[in-house]
Amino acid sequence: MKFEELQKRARERWEALQNSPKPRILVGAATCGRAAGALAVIDALHEALDKHGVEADIMQVGCIGFCYAEVLVDIIKPGRPRICYQSVTPKIAATLVEDYLVKDNPRPDLALCVVGEGSVEGILAFKDLPMMRGQVRVAGRNCGHIDPTDIDHYLANGGYVGFVKALGMTPQEVIETTKRSGLRGRGGAGFPTGQKWEFCRNATGTPKYLICNADEGDPGAFMDRSLLEGDPHSVLEGMLIGAYAIGSEEGYIYVRAEYPLAIERLIRAIEQMEDYGLLGENILGSGFNFHLKIKEGAGAFVCGEETALMASIEGKRGMPRSRPPFPANAGLWGKPSNVNNVETFANVPEIFSKGADWYAAYGQDRSKGTKTFALAGKINRTGLIEVPLGITLREVIFDIGGGIPDGKKFKAAQTGGPIGGCIPESLLDLPIGFESLTAAGALMGSGGLVIMDEDTCMVDVARYFLAFAQSESCGKCVPCRVGTKQMLDILVDITQGRGRIEDLDLLKELGETVSSASLCALGGGAPNPVMSTLKHFYHEYEAHILQKSCPAGVCKALISFYINPEKCKGCLICLRACPAGAITGVAKQVHVINQEMCTKCGTCFDVCPTRFRAVEKRTGSVQRELVGVEQP
Amino acid sequence: MKEELAEILAPYVGQRGATIPVLQKVQAKLGYLPEEALREVATALRMPVSEVYGVATFYAQFRFVPRGERTIKVCLGTACHVRGAQKVLETVETELGTEAGGTTADRRYSLEKVACFGSCGLAPVMVIEKDVHGRMNATKVKQVIKEDQQRNWGDGAHPKEVTAKAATTPVDGGQ
Repeated sequence: MKFEELQKRARERWEALQNSPKPRILVGAATCGRAAGALAVIDALHEALDKHGVEADIMQVGCIGFCYAEVLVDIIKPGRPRICYQSVTPKIAATLVEDYLVKDNPRPDLALCVVGEGSVEGILAFKDLPMMRGQVRVAGRNCGHIDPTDIDHYLANGGYVGFVKALGMTPQEVIETTKRSGLRGRGGAGFPTGQKWEFCRNATGTPKYLICNADEGDPGAFMDRSLLEGDPHSVLEGMLIGAYAIGSEEGYIYVRAEYPLAIERLIRAIEQMEDYGLLGENILGSGFNFHLKIKEGAGAFVCGEETALMASIEGKRGMPRSRPPFPANAGLWGKPSNVNNVETFANVPEIFSKGADWYAAYGQDRSKGTKTFALAGKINRTGLIEVPLGITLREVIFDIGGGIPDGKKFKAAQTGGPIGGCIPESLLDLPIGFESLTAAGALMGSGGLVIMDEDTCMVDVARYFLAFAQSESCGKCVPCRVGTKQMLDILVDITQGRGRIEDLDLLKELGETVSSASLCALGGGAPNPVMSTLKHFYHEYEAHILQKSCPAGVCKALISFYINPEKCKGCLICLRACPAGAITGVAKQVHVINQEMCTKCGTCFDVCPTRFRAVEKRTGSVQRELVGVEQP
Repeated sequence: MKEELAEILAPYVGQRGATIPVLQKVQAKLGYLPEEALREVATALRMPVSEVYGVATFYAQFRFVPRGERTIKVCLGTACHVRGAQKVLETVETELGTEAGGTTADRRYSLEKVACFGSCGLAPVMVIEKDVHGRMNATKVKQVIKEDQQRNWGDGAHPKEVTAKAATTPVDGGQ
């Protein structure tokens, strides 16, 4: 079938769906939605529909990025605007069926926004939501709006148009267009995509391999998962364009095993592409052939590094190797290979359907286009956002993300995953770009943005990341294998009150060595969290070492819990909750924590009613007094 | 063992590149990778056993001891860490009576630490089999585990004692 016919049929199906006489219900049921209870909500919807004898179509969609408001349910009654409801529970789902579908009350109190055209009194429009201000969705254009298991939905919304345009160009023109768009790798390193493709195209040897890196290993980053679950065809179309540009007939998608739903969606999408003649031999009658295989990872962070990833596809231990030769010349099975990240591929179709200049108009300096960020940690509106590069961190955290919960104070933004760095308040007005973040000692990385507040201990954070890098170090090169271990030992000592002030110089020296002498980016970046916190939060290290105090009250060895006798009302709540049985007291009399029995789990601190706030954390000299230890 | 794995191994005979998918299939069938199975894989792929073992031990997914009927994974990723994942893990450990990496005495549950599930917006997160549970705290953990026990075995008994320790990559090397 010709592309125009496929497109026409898809559009007809899509139109019929939009004009369906039955109400339609869209439930955000990506992994994150499911974690919030989306599947139970779907069951409740079915039950309520049956009960009231209402007919409606329920469709599972991907994630529109509002994780804080999950479970999200959109209801479209025929001829009415699409209303998106937030924080839906099975009970609220039943209420919505009864109130809106049966009684026609749109319940603005339960709604988040109206998506698309039309308006409903008392409900904000999608574009006016504070979280949407400044957002531009390019890679995530379809997520949450289409059924990711139906290729026709993608086709009806402009899908594969970019690929068809690319097929009408020469491969060199495709490369030039990609270069002109300014697109750079979205997986972390930010290498210009067009240039990368050109290297591989010009390399001698066949076959050439095109690989999609979907081994999203950075804790705190989940945009690739969301794209694969919510709109797999956008990534696959990008791969087709890339394969055509470099002259590859064989491709792999390397997906981490922790993403079973993404794998399921990809398998389905690939089958549909084959059915439609969009994959395989002589695609759309153009003479261009491309075959695609899915490779499941087996749990190793270092496999996100491209040479390690290729070793893993070859069935070996996922260890990086030194370069040159670069993968463009000798990659998978020693053949010319090109590896791009999921989000990079998802941008490509739009560059071709809307134009390179359109894409390059977003962003600034050498960082063009949009970038997806995963907002997580101590921030009000957690979720996935896509913004033009050049936006400031302050805008992202406070305008889009809604700032820090519970009136706490912002302390740091951690970007770039375990090999990134921590950015302090003083640098929040920095425009986000590849170069600017690196200059600040952090890293764009894959776009994880973990926000930390005053209750986060930066020494503990550095220890946490180093523990991660150390355990994920593949062990091939000495600086990374031994250096991260030594650095970790020093950090553990500091967090446990055994640090010496000269350790800080030693940490810096070790950090510089590990970073300059390691074989790959994991070792090269492993010291970053330590170096950036030493640079911006030196006083916290000093407090741990000199005062034996953890100002944020995190490092267990340096804190004790204490019940303030003036505030304790003797309510028995903490006493009953204490798993160690360390709290004594009777009703309406002040309770006391037995410091020798206390395991410092913090349960008492969490359960003490906020109106009393009688349980306090003590650190430094007051803590030592409490537990009867001599002053240093 | 040979007969048990014959069907899985047949399409891969002599394919050195297929190590990981083959090991994944074998583990899916047996629940873990006993030595005998690794030897069968090596023979089929025409590789030294040492090399197969090297690959298997490199990746966190592969296990060498049998595990519980159900697996609970607690995420210790960055977002979960700053939102109290350590406490979630400790609560699960207390509830199950086994440490991370271990299996309960009655072989009902194995407990693992995981670096990130990509559900950071709902941190802290824990996963039982394929069900992701978000926004956890000590109270919710206890409730979720109790419900799971009741659903699967009709009781809320606390299996105590640690038996075997599975080989898992430690996420948190410190406290």
